[in-house]
Amino acid sequence: MDAKGLNFSCTRCHTENGHQVEGRYYSTPATTNHSLAMPVDSPSRIACESCHSAHPHKDRKNSTILNNHTARIACETCHVPLLARKKPTLVWWDWSTAGKFKEGHKYIVKKDALGKVSYHTKKGDLGWAKNIQPEYAWFNGVITHVLATDKIDDSKPVRLTILHGDKNDPHSKITPFKMMRGKQVYDPVNKTLVVPKLFGPKGSGAYWKDFDWQKSVAAGQQAVHRKFSGKVGFVETEYLRPVAHMISPAEDALSCESCHSRNGRLKKLTGFYMPGRDHSKRLDRIGWLSCLTLLVLAGLHGVGRIITSKGRRNS
Amino acid sequence: MKEKKLFYTRFERFWHWAQALLIILLLITGFAVHGTLPLLPFGKAVLLHNQLAWLLIGLTVFAIFWHLTTGQWKQYTPTLEKAAEMVCYYSRDIFKGCEHPVKKDVDRKLNPLQRITYFLLKVVLFPFQVITGLLYMYPDSLGKSMDIGTIASLHTIGAFAFLGFLIVHVYLATTGETVWSHFKAMITGWEEIEVEEGIEQI
Repeated sequence: MDAKGLNFSCTRCHTENGHQVEGRYYSTPATTNHSLAMPVDSPSRIACESCHSAHPHKDRKNSTILNNHTARIACETCHVPLLARKKPTLVWWDWSTAGKFKEGHKYIVKKDALGKVSYHTKKGDLGWAKNIQPEYAWFNGVITHVLATDKIDDSKPVRLTILHGDKNDPHSKITPFKMMRGKQVYDPVNKTLVVPKLFGPKGSGAYWKDFDWQKSVAAGQQAVHRKFSGKVGFVETEYLRPVAHMISPAEDALSCESCHSRNGRLKKLTGFYMPGRDHSKRLDRIGWLSCLTLLVLAGLHGVGRIITSKGRRNS
Repeated sequence: MKEKKLFYTRFERFWHWAQALLIILLLITGFAVHGTLPLLPFGKAVLLHNQLAWLLIGLTVFAIFWHLTTGQWKQYTPTLEKAAEMVCYYSRDIFKGCEHPVKKDVDRKLNPLQRITYFLLKVVLFPFQVITGLLYMYPDSLGKSMDIGTIASLHTIGAFAFLGFLIVHVYLATTGETVWSHFKAMITGWEEIEVEEGIEQI
């Protein structure tokens, strides 16, 4: 990373201790230590703060104000203004359209304007995007997932990642996420996600050979010793992935107005007061009406003075 | 007999106009921060607002020093004497072309309504706005005792009070001998007043 600058390798931040590589977001946060980490006192350098400290802004007019943000805003929130700025990223994967052929048995492969595969017989429809805005959420580093054994509500898109933390949790920060959406195979009777068998020899139920979801799911579920009703359906799912790479330097970071405005990026994150975005409509109405009333009264008083003084002069 | 007198010293005039400019700019940048006036972007508005606030606080420190050392603070002692007459004057007599009920002189520059208003402005509104402003500037100092939204709302109430004051103040400045005489006096410092003959003026 930063080939012309510090030229970091992955392990510069993803330190390891006894083959435990730092930096995976599962139920345990990648880091709980958002403070300076010197190689001698802690091998963990996975957080931005490990090298940059919790108050990294300096020599700027608004350094103090920016440093006041670091307790509740993740560095990436401002320093990752857009996702997939260089290469397209996958944002949609519809498995339900897989298995179409041309001329009887030939795979269909289509490409989109970005040059990426937008349809493949083995995979279905794929959607790619560049320069997209992240989703934002309060997050304390803990993610749990909907498991293949969990009952799902198939009446709406299923959120597969459960982000932990909220505005009242002092360890939570507003963090950017990449949203990945898709349609995947599930068991509409048992209401669970399923494990399809994708590859294997012909006749084994492998979807990429037999192209039969029912056989594929039956084989997959059997392999992991889970129930299968025999019926398959497709359910829309959403997966949020924390954004921690492709960090922009200060000059490309978000401006204050990106969030501090009436229709800013954090519009959906409600329940707390953000200057520039929030205001008491009632207070504003009372304030402006009062000032307007004073203005009108002053105007009327002035007009009264003009008329009466003319009257006096004429008489 | 009419006589010209120096009503407003150089420092007073500087203080008045600097304060006026700062308050107007604070209102503009403040309502930009509030999201009402999109005249300048939020980030710039915040920085400018904070700098203007420090300038106004600095100016106020000088003004307090000046008022204390010159004894001019006594001009603002609130009084109800002739306050009723003032209300009658503004609501009725002014339209009849009657004379102003309070004689003005260098040691009594302010009429009772002005005294009450400026006293409240200095003793209540100014400190209120400075305190809520500083708390807004340093939200960490709030701890969990108060939400920043409450502070912002209180500071907005103060801003509306300043705006209201500004409107009425500018309008009432037109009620002098002529529409412009008070403005001229506040620029040049000199104001023509009626003095009683036979009494030696200092």
